[in-house]
Amino acid sequence: MHRGRVKLWLVGMISAAAGAVVAMTALPLAGQAPRPATATARAAIPRTANGKPDLNGIWQALTTANWDIEPHSAKAALAMRPGPVVPVPAKEVLAFGAVGAVPAGLGIVDGGEIPYLPAARKIRDENQANWVTRDPEVKCYLPGVPRATYLPFPFQIVQSQSAFFMAYEFAGAVRNVYLTDPGPAQTDSWMGQSVGRWEGDTFVVDVTGLNDATWFDRAGNHHTEAMTVTERYTMIDKDHIQYSATMDDPKTFSKPWTLSLPLYRHVNANARLGQFKCVPFVEELMYGHLRKTPLP
Amino acid sequence: MRHRLLACTSALALAATGALLTPLSAQAPARIARPNPGPLKPGALPRTPDGKPDLQGNWSNATVTPLERPTGQAATLSKDTVARIEKGVQDRIERLAQPSDPNREAPPQGGDGSTGAAGNVGGYNNFWIDAGERVAVVNGEYRTSLIVDPPDGKVPALTAEGRERQQARVKRFQAFGEYDNPENRPLAERCISSFGSNAGPPMLPNYFYNNNYTIVQTPDHVLIMTEMVHDVRIIRIGKQHQHPPASVRPWWGDSIGWWEGDTLVIETTNFHPQQLFRGASDTLTVTERLSRADADTLLYKFTIDDPQTFTRPWSGEVPFEKLDEMIYEYACHEGNYALSNVLSGARSQEKAEATKKTPPPQR
Repeated sequence: MHRGRVKLWLVGMISAAAGAVVAMTALPLAGQAPRPATATARAAIPRTANGKPDLNGIWQALTTANWDIEPHSAKAALAMRPGPVVPVPAKEVLAFGAVGAVPAGLGIVDGGEIPYLPAARKIRDENQANWVTRDPEVKCYLPGVPRATYLPFPFQIVQSQSAFFMAYEFAGAVRNVYLTDPGPAQTDSWMGQSVGRWEGDTFVVDVTGLNDATWFDRAGNHHTEAMTVTERYTMIDKDHIQYSATMDDPKTFSKPWTLSLPLYRHVNANARLGQFKCVPFVEELMYGHLRKTPLP
Repeated sequence: MRHRLLACTSALALAATGALLTPLSAQAPARIARPNPGPLKPGALPRTPDGKPDLQGNWSNATVTPLERPTGQAATLSKDTVARIEKGVQDRIERLAQPSDPNREAPPQGGDGSTGAAGNVGGYNNFWIDAGERVAVVNGEYRTSLIVDPPDGKVPALTAEGRERQQARVKRFQAFGEYDNPENRPLAERCISSFGSNAGPPMLPNYFYNNNYTIVQTPDHVLIMTEMVHDVRIIRIGKQHQHPPASVRPWWGDSIGWWEGDTLVIETTNFHPQQLFRGASDTLTVTERLSRADADTLLYKFTIDDPQTFTRPWSGEVPFEKLDEMIYEYACHEGNYALSNVLSGARSQEKAEATKKTPPPQR
């Protein structure tokens, strides 16, 4: 590369970075709060036969939160290694180039930062440094709550008078949200036990019985099995749900905290929930070394 | 179940053939209480707000009635025979539920030579197994096979093309050892789908365990979840829907449903190339019919139509009984130690055999 061009490129990068910093300082303090909905929009939300908001549909988050739920700049890759001048992508992800780079995001955490206890923050940083071997998403494990909501895949709500079921495209994860509390969860699980109730026009889901193996994002944000999650689904107009999740886990966080973001309806007439059954996709990664003749 | 034990296909085979439809003649007929509420009165049929029969809830299709009728058996059984069979099942369960002898020897290394996961190396015992305890009852008849058409209760003969395809499949399979690669193991062992044709379609009992389903129903969709492996089919309701192009082939195919009176009809095509029921072609169509038989039972009918594989279409009927229990998360892949262990076991065995063959080094 010509030296003059390098300089120009550098200047460009620096001003872009400065721009990003300015943008960061202007980030809203309440996750991704919606614009106030007009009364007309609120009145136009679909309703079921019993008068409750009708959440049936295919929904998807439009956010980079799965990369990192906290505010972050774009960077070359999730897995980095020291370079001669600046860190560079790690060997395992180098071939992906721009495809493996991390897009920027203002985050979805109310207040911007997760209130970690010091020891838990240290684990997060270790997770981040070892992302490629530690992130359960890489192995196609069930994503847990709330991560399932803002993975870059849609999910479908199937809501009747007697049932409320969420089917996620990623890994074919499912949640049957009980409308009658069956009592304490009998065992911990990846997607937890969900019990839902209506508070006015908001569907509130209490999630308990979660295990400690799921993450919040690819940035290593984590929790223990002590975590409970309270989710709130509020339709703000016919095609948008304002979603929030409040996490309480005294073993990991100094206080409960909330993330929030809007969910967008797939409005195309032929909208369908696709299938992303990724178990066979990770067999070479997980079992390739155990083949009779491992690939070179 | 997070810590999943090794599931052998041989155990399934054993369970399927051991479906206990041989009457236990020596025993006196026992009185086993079984619900027989009879057909629902028209007004008593539970309905959704849009007036359709309400098919929702948790259901089980576990039964001892096999898919195919054992040769030489009549199509139906008498009440007394059924009582004997079902008492035999109960007695066996009770016998196997007795505490084990704490002083028993460990299973011999490499297994005791018997077939099946339970008997071989001390794997699954009866605690894990829930293979069905009852003979399938449809329209008040005690059935000896789930297949009702052809009338002999057997899967019809394959066409020449179907046979050829089957032979080609066997040949492809034989090119590898059973444990050479993860892809050489069955879908259930790889945690890709349920045992047998549990999720289907057709949704059949697996004669082993967890034959459980959740149905959620709206005017636009009917969702059926099979417990293993949290496999969900979201059936679009309405004949205006179209199947996707042939290049789109989800696991469990693509399903479109519509109502014919009080029966939900579901048509499924676009099957996944690795999930073609009983060696079917990629143009297989499965038609299912779900209706309410009584307050505690759904009647499930299915028809397999694949002229490239079977010499005629064939159909079956399976009762789905109400399950008054919760269905738990079947996180299979997340705890699939078995697949690693099976493969690494095979690698150790190969290493041991190679060492045996190589003469010891001269000193």
